[in-house]
Amino acid sequence: MSSTPLPPAARPAASHSSPRALIAEDEPLLATALRHELAQAWPELQIVATVGDGLAAVQQALALQPEVLFFDIRMPGQSGLEAAAELADAWPAGTPFPALVFVTAYDQYAVQAFEAQAVDYLLKPVQPGRLRKAVLKLQATLDRQATPAALDFEATLERLRALVALPGAGGAGAPGAPNAAPQPAPLSVIQASSGAQIHMVPVADVVYFEAADKYVRVLTATQEYLIRTPLKELAAQLDAEVFWQVHRGTLVRASAIASAVRDESGRLHLRLRDRPESLPVSRLYAHRFKAM
Amino acid sequence: MQHFSLRQFLRHGLALAAFCVAIAAVQLAYGRGPWDVQLVYSLAIGMPSWLLIDLGRLWLSRRSPIPWPLGWQGWALVAVGGTIGFHIGSAIGDAYRQKVLGAAAVAAAGGPSSAMVTTVLACLALAFFFYAQGKSRYLEGKIAEVERDAAEARLKLLETQLEPHLMFNTLANLRVLIATDPPRAQAMLDHLIDYLRATLGASRATLHPLADEFARLRDYLELMSVRMGPRLAYTLDLPESLAGVPVPPLLLQPLAENAIRHGLEPKVEGGTLHIAARQLADGRLELVVKDSGVGLADPAGAPTPPAGPAHQQSFGLRQVRERLHTLYGNDGTIELIAILPSGTCARAVFPSKPLLP
Repeated sequence: MSSTPLPPAARPAASHSSPRALIAEDEPLLATALRHELAQAWPELQIVATVGDGLAAVQQALALQPEVLFFDIRMPGQSGLEAAAELADAWPAGTPFPALVFVTAYDQYAVQAFEAQAVDYLLKPVQPGRLRKAVLKLQATLDRQATPAALDFEATLERLRALVALPGAGGAGAPGAPNAAPQPAPLSVIQASSGAQIHMVPVADVVYFEAADKYVRVLTATQEYLIRTPLKELAAQLDAEVFWQVHRGTLVRASAIASAVRDESGRLHLRLRDRPESLPVSRLYAHRFKAM
Repeated sequence: MQHFSLRQFLRHGLALAAFCVAIAAVQLAYGRGPWDVQLVYSLAIGMPSWLLIDLGRLWLSRRSPIPWPLGWQGWALVAVGGTIGFHIGSAIGDAYRQKVLGAAAVAAAGGPSSAMVTTVLACLALAFFFYAQGKSRYLEGKIAEVERDAAEARLKLLETQLEPHLMFNTLANLRVLIATDPPRAQAMLDHLIDYLRATLGASRATLHPLADEFARLRDYLELMSVRMGPRLAYTLDLPESLAGVPVPPLLLQPLAENAIRHGLEPKVEGGTLHIAARQLADGRLELVVKDSGVGLADPAGAPTPPAGPAHQQSFGLRQVRERLHTLYGNDGTIELIAILPSGTCARAVFPSKPLLP
């Protein structure tokens, strides 16, 4: 993510030779069907892999670096939105980010956001007419060699940022209807248990929260606690201006950040005032660290 | 003051003025003096009493659902409002009478005792009126609330069973099968038809045989196994002897849905679902829905936070619990058990005959 626009990267001549695609869809019949429909609508497109969960989607996309991705929204492991965000973060600099198409049976909120962000999506059951339109759009995108990859990627990040913030974006299995749950009261104390004790940790003392498997680590200047409340739920009860999301699994108190440093590969890392660790910043959230 | 409405306040004021005029008329009929003097007394005592009592009850009941202070506060309010109103009103009335009839007339008047009795009776009537009116409005509101809740629960149940995500994914699979495997498409469509008929027609009041309950579960699981492919393996175990036992229709449906949606669907490798019925030694029926999915959010059994997905997840379980309670009282129970290393087991136990047929 250097600030000077990169020249169009050396992609294996995407629009001239046959473009390659990856399908992530957990329902086997639907994956096969999409494959067949694509063979009709876009005979040159080569499906290099079909995966059934959000984790494999990221791995395979990174390994094969296809030009087009079809991501189902609701998948085991992690949702299509989460997978796309993770992929964007891990994507090697200098290589154009693939064109993304989300596929969903019914996700009212996601579809609204796709419309708003002009992200391409397909509704299941996928109908041939609609698929042809999407294919034309994808072909146009792949042909648009003139756009500097870095600018394109920046726009993609922008869109993913908006999508991942959706109420139903999380929850790998079933976000369900993200009904208008009443906003929980702001947290002032974190209650962390250790053995038979419950520690009362003032939120004002917390330097950062970090998701770790089934737990969330709560770090103050001197102590570390474990709690079970998921990070997403925690974030909803914290002031977003006080605690910044800098990574999918990290919420940092903005005033505890001493500096943001860019390493050789272009990744941002945060140095903290009260703690020795340095925290990686996801590309998705790197836009927050700009000089005033 | 949550109960205050200007309209109602003005209506009370008007009603009270009319009430005061009526009291003056009664006094006049008993020959207690000229009508204008009676009217001044009546209004001068009545209006301040009413203002104090009406505003006082609004203030005192500002945090209660019933717009009248309960217990001693209500009585004290009437006593204080009536006493102050009586003293203000008597002073004004005396002054007016003196002006109209001269000083001598005041001493000759009926004396304070009859006016006092009138005031006390009027205040009690006033208090009772506010109390009764407030209470009936409160009860009406409560009834509407209960009806709204029941309708909401029915709608929510239907929403979870006819969840658009399930419907559109099922239709998408059906669309594929029509082209590739018509006999299988037909079989899937038949399951969908039975599932829809059962879901849309399910009455909460009647019972159906356990064999039917298992047939409906099979419809749902067949639809799900077309969708999930090898990620879902299921078994249904119903002993022949229990096939005819009457059970509430679609009782297990929410439990099977929970097991799939929260247990097996999120699990990358999928898993197994096992549904079984058996008779316990005490004659009660035990129904078990067991999955090898991702398991409960918190296997250690620590209190889970009230907000978030746990709340949505519990809707199906709560619904089953309520139905069991309605039909079997305390003899019907349901529990969720975490299976280690991963999985969840829902276990419902209830008598083979309901309390009420």
